[in-house]
Amino acid sequence: MPNAVAIENLTRKFRDFTAVDSISLTVPQGEIFGFLGANGAGKTTAIRMLCGLLLPTSGKGDVNGFDIYKQNDEIKKTIGYMSQKFSLYGDLTAYENLWFYGSVYRMNKSLLKERIAELSDYLGLERFIRERTGPLPLGWRQRLALAAALLHRPKILFLDEPTGGVDPVFRRKFWELLYQLADDGTTLFVTTHYMDEAEYCRRISIMHRGKIIVMGPPAQLVKEYNKPDLQELFIDLIKERDNHAEN
Amino acid sequence: MRKIRQIARKEFRHILRDPRSLIIAILMPVMMTFLYGYAINLDIKNIKLAIKDFDNTSVSRELAGKFYNSGYFIRAEAEPDISDPEDIFRKGEAVAVLVIRNGFGKIMDALKYNPQMALDSDSPFQVGLFLDGADANTAAAAASYSSIIVTEFMKRALPPDFEFPGVRIASQVLYNPDLKSSHFFVPGLIAIILMMISALLTSITIAREKETGTMEQLLTSPVTPRQIIIGKVIPYVFVALLDGVLVLAFGVFHFGVPFSGSVAALFLFGVIYIVAALSIGILISTLVSTQQLAMMGALLATVLPSVMLSGFIFDLKNMPVALQALSHIVPARYFIAIIRGIMLKGADIGTLWLDAGALLCISLILLGLAAKRFKMRIG
Repeated sequence: MPNAVAIENLTRKFRDFTAVDSISLTVPQGEIFGFLGANGAGKTTAIRMLCGLLLPTSGKGDVNGFDIYKQNDEIKKTIGYMSQKFSLYGDLTAYENLWFYGSVYRMNKSLLKERIAELSDYLGLERFIRERTGPLPLGWRQRLALAAALLHRPKILFLDEPTGGVDPVFRRKFWELLYQLADDGTTLFVTTHYMDEAEYCRRISIMHRGKIIVMGPPAQLVKEYNKPDLQELFIDLIKERDNHAEN
Repeated sequence: MRKIRQIARKEFRHILRDPRSLIIAILMPVMMTFLYGYAINLDIKNIKLAIKDFDNTSVSRELAGKFYNSGYFIRAEAEPDISDPEDIFRKGEAVAVLVIRNGFGKIMDALKYNPQMALDSDSPFQVGLFLDGADANTAAAAASYSSIIVTEFMKRALPPDFEFPGVRIASQVLYNPDLKSSHFFVPGLIAIILMMISALLTSITIAREKETGTMEQLLTSPVTPRQIIIGKVIPYVFVALLDGVLVLAFGVFHFGVPFSGSVAALFLFGVIYIVAALSIGILISTLVSTQQLAMMGALLATVLPSVMLSGFIFDLKNMPVALQALSHIVPARYFIAIIRGIMLKGADIGTLWLDAGALLCISLILLGLAAKRFKMRIG
C-alpha cells in the first residue's frame, strides 16, 4: 500500500529559528498517527507544511503521492484539515459553512446535500444546523469543524489538537468517530497533548525543539524505555533533553 | 466560477450580518456628505461688520443698509471705537469696520451735478474699511464685496450717462455660476468616499479572515488566489457603487449640484476607480494581520492622500514640486478631475482621455500588485 505521508529531512526555518529541524517519517494509508510534542516543538509548523500552508526551507515531502513543493493543488483536493482553533465562519450558520466548503471542493449540489445530511446524522449536528456557529459551545463547534473537514471524503485528515478544551465525554466520542474513519481507510495525522488519546494511535512520534526524538507504537515505546506509562515516558524524555541542552 | 460565486455569496452574508461593516458602508458616506455639504463651507457669508457712521444722514444710512442687506454682511453687536479699531477685532466682535465720514451725504448729493468729483482720489467721498486680516480669505472677500457695493451705490448717484474711464472687467463665472462650494465638494466627495470605503472594507475582510483563522482553513482547500480575490471584491464593488449613487443623489437632489455629462461615462470611470481602491485594500491586508491595523492602514493610505493630494480642496498647482509629483500616483487625483469634468462641465472622453488613461494604468498596476502580493501560504 502506498504511503499517505512520506517526508525526508523536512526543515523549516523562520529567520534564525529552526521550527522544524530535518524530520523524516512515513505514514502508511489508513494509519492513525499521533504527532506528539510539547508546546512550540514544531508540530503545527510541520502540519502546515504538509497541508501546503507553509513552504519548507529544505527537505522532501509527499502527501498522497503528490510533491509538497509543486503539487499543492492536487494535495489540497485530497486532504482535510482541522486546526486547533475553530476556523469556520462564526457569522454563518452551520449549514451555510458546510455548504460553502462543499462548494469549494466542487461537490455537486445533490451529492453535497446528501453528504451534509449524512454527516450531521453521524456527528449529531441536527440540533444546531440552522444556527450561527459563533455562539455555539466549543464541543459542538469542533464537531462541525470535523464535519467540514470530512465533506469531500479526504484520504488524509490532519487534526491539530482537535480535542483541545472539550470535555472527556466528548473526547471519547470524538475518538470513536476517528476509529470509524480509520476503519474506512482514512489516514489520520493527529497532534494531541492528551496521553490517553496518544494511546489510541497505532504509532506515535514525539517532537522536541523541531526534532523527532522517538517514534513507534505507544506500547512498544513504553516497554523499550522501561516507563510505567506513556505520560511518564513523554515527561522524562522531554526533561532529559532539556537538561541536556542546558548543561 | 462556482467557487467565486460561493465566496462572493459568503462575503455578502458577512456584510449583511456584521453591523460594523454596514455602518461603515452606509452611514459613513451619508455622514461625510452632510459634513462636507454643510459644515465645511467655503462660501464666505455672514461677515461681521461694524459701521461707524459719522455722517448720520439718510444717504449714509442707505449705504449701511446696502451692506447689511447684501447677504454677505451681518451687523456686529458692538460699537467700534474709532481711535482703536483693532480693539473690536481682538475681542472677535467684528471682522470688518466701515467708517463713513461726516459730509458723505452732502458729497453724494453734489455728485449729481459734478460727476467729475467721483474720479478725484482726494475727494472726501472716500469711505474707510478696516479689515481683520487674520482670516485672509474672509478679509479679501469682504474687501471685494465692499468695493462692489460702494461702486454700485455711487453709480446710482451719478447721472446715468456718466462713464467711468479706463478698463473695466466684465467677468462671468461658468460651470458653477453661483460659486457654491457644494458644487465643488460633492463630486470630490464621491471620489474620497469610494476610495475610503472600498479600501477599508476589503482590507478589513481579509484581515478578519486572518485574525479569526478562517483564512488558514480556506487556504487548505482547493481555491486559487484569483478566486479568493475576485470573490471577495465583487460584493464590495456593489457596496461602493451603492455608496456612489447615494452620495451622487444626495448631491444632485439635496445640494442642487448640476449633472451635465454622461451617466454612463461616469459609471465606467467609477468602476475603474473602484478597482484601484479595492486593490489598495487588498495590498494593505497583505501587510497586516489584524482588523485594527487594516483599518488604520486603509484610512492612512487613502483618506490623507485623497484629500490632500488630489485637488479635492487644495489646488495642486500651488503645491511644492515634490508634492505635485507625488500626487501623480494618487488615483483620486484623476478621478476627481474626471468626475468634476463630467458633472460640472459635461466633459466627454475627448477632453478627459489623459486623466482617464492615467487612471486606467494605475488601476491595472494596483490590481496586478495586489494579485501578486496576495499569498496562498501563511508566513
